[in-house]
Amino acid sequence: MELCDYTIHELHEMMKRREITSRQITESVLSRIDQVENRIRAYITVLREEALEQASIIDQKLQRGEIPLTPLTGIPIAIKDLICTRGVLTTCAAKILHNFIPPYDATVIARLKQQNIVMIGKTNLDQFGMGSSTENSYYGITRNPWDLSRVPGGSSGGSAAAVIAGEAIGALGTDTGGSIRQPSSFCSTTGLKPTYGRVSRYGLIAYASSLDQIGPIAKDVTDCAILLNALSGYDPKDSTSVNLPTPDYTRALVPDITGLKIGIPEEYFIAGMDEEVEEKIWEAVRVLEKLGASYEKVSLPHTEYAVAAYYIIAPAEASSNLARYDGVKYGYRADTYTDLMDMYMTTRSQGFSPEVKRRIMLGTYSLSSGYYDAYYLKAQKVRTLIKRDFEEAFKKYDVLVAPVSPTPAFKIGEKTEDPLQMYLSDIFTIPINLAGVTALSIPCGFTKDGLPIGLQIIGKHFGEETILKVAYAFEQNTEHHKKKPPL
Amino acid sequence: MKISIEQVEHVAKLARLHLSEEEKQEMSEKLSQILTYMDKLNELNTEGILPTSHVVEIKNVFREDKVEPSLPEDQALQNAPDRVNGYFRVPRVIE
Repeated sequence: MELCDYTIHELHEMMKRREITSRQITESVLSRIDQVENRIRAYITVLREEALEQASIIDQKLQRGEIPLTPLTGIPIAIKDLICTRGVLTTCAAKILHNFIPPYDATVIARLKQQNIVMIGKTNLDQFGMGSSTENSYYGITRNPWDLSRVPGGSSGGSAAAVIAGEAIGALGTDTGGSIRQPSSFCSTTGLKPTYGRVSRYGLIAYASSLDQIGPIAKDVTDCAILLNALSGYDPKDSTSVNLPTPDYTRALVPDITGLKIGIPEEYFIAGMDEEVEEKIWEAVRVLEKLGASYEKVSLPHTEYAVAAYYIIAPAEASSNLARYDGVKYGYRADTYTDLMDMYMTTRSQGFSPEVKRRIMLGTYSLSSGYYDAYYLKAQKVRTLIKRDFEEAFKKYDVLVAPVSPTPAFKIGEKTEDPLQMYLSDIFTIPINLAGVTALSIPCGFTKDGLPIGLQIIGKHFGEETILKVAYAFEQNTEHHKKKPPL
Repeated sequence: MKISIEQVEHVAKLARLHLSEEEKQEMSEKLSQILTYMDKLNELNTEGILPTSHVVEIKNVFREDKVEPSLPEDQALQNAPDRVNGYFRVPRVIE
């Protein structure tokens, strides 16, 4: 086993015993990148020289006792290229930002830097986070390490693929409608979408502001908790950040769920879903039952309206957020144009992908005069009903357990021609973002063809400790998270 | 819900996007298909339901009204495709 195959907490223990250095871990990760990256394409930018230099500086400082050895010190972490990193190219996988170098760090990056991580690179994604497959990138398609003919999921497909392939020890993703959980499910990583407001969005390039959250993608639950510890907490720079104390999430990791009440939302088992996915989810429920939890079916009656509400709200917010790309302040500007208006229009038409244009059009339409009440306002009211479904369920149950996606990873190109089918693949993740609650995906098995399947554990607002505890108990009693792709 | 080519053109103008004839046709078909699916929301009676404005109960997010340093001019302008003498340069607006 190479160093790049270990978890954050294992490497931390080895560093504590002075058996290894940050430089050695970083070299191992870079060597894996050299071996597999031409097949996977998880990265837009690999910070080879910078990472090695950073690792050496950290080793020297540790040796001199100038910095503390925290669980993340010296660990190579990959960052989704939707998060601003000072002095490092940040593209959102879009031509319109192909040359953007932020003059500041996102709050999550500043927090990781305080822990002295090694930033190994910026990962590929669906342009501006819009997609479920990482096929909508200006920089090419990322491939699923378990089967190179399949998608890694999206939009944080690059981050999930990098982590499971050993091209990073951990990563950051963002989740607007499932973009951390679905690629985690497709790639067999553990990915957590925090409660809306738990993690600062300052410096996250906005897609749909009322839904976006940054979260960790990791090799196991302990790593996920370690990263969440570093990311969480109030940030006065983000007016949607919630001012609540941050617990130490690693303390929640006790493998005891005796007496825990689980709700199984019946609407998350739909006709036409993959039989193997359904089978593995029920196997997982039986594991949790054996560990002392009890379960009952529960109804979340407005689930079937979530996709429609989401694909009005998210594009509406996107059309507003993406108005800033006009070829004036940053990014791409068209070469030829006749006047100012033509410069805006030509720049935007050349700079955005077809999927981004489709969502801007959809959003502009639903916010336009005469349609606002019928679409946007209606969707926000339906959102209230969806949120109430969760609030009712959490009066009775500690967590809800469900599939992450109706199918395992699909083939590259399979859904690109039919946007509605692509949107419907997010049917089990979207309601969580609309309600603003927290959820994670944890590996719970594989299909006969060797494709990973993820179990979704959903918690109430600020219920991260509970879902991490359930995930930890499950993980400690199963072996799925230890399996590696045959690269 | 059928979205005509004329509606596509109107929305594209609002969104500041040029679309080719082929893109207009495709946008008309795909948006019509998606918006027909959205009509599903009308099955629900939402009378008296307040729209969600924020999923977590927070209010009155204020900060002290004091001047703080902003980005230096050179950094604020460093990513601009065209800049001159501390300004963003764009095509002439007034003839």
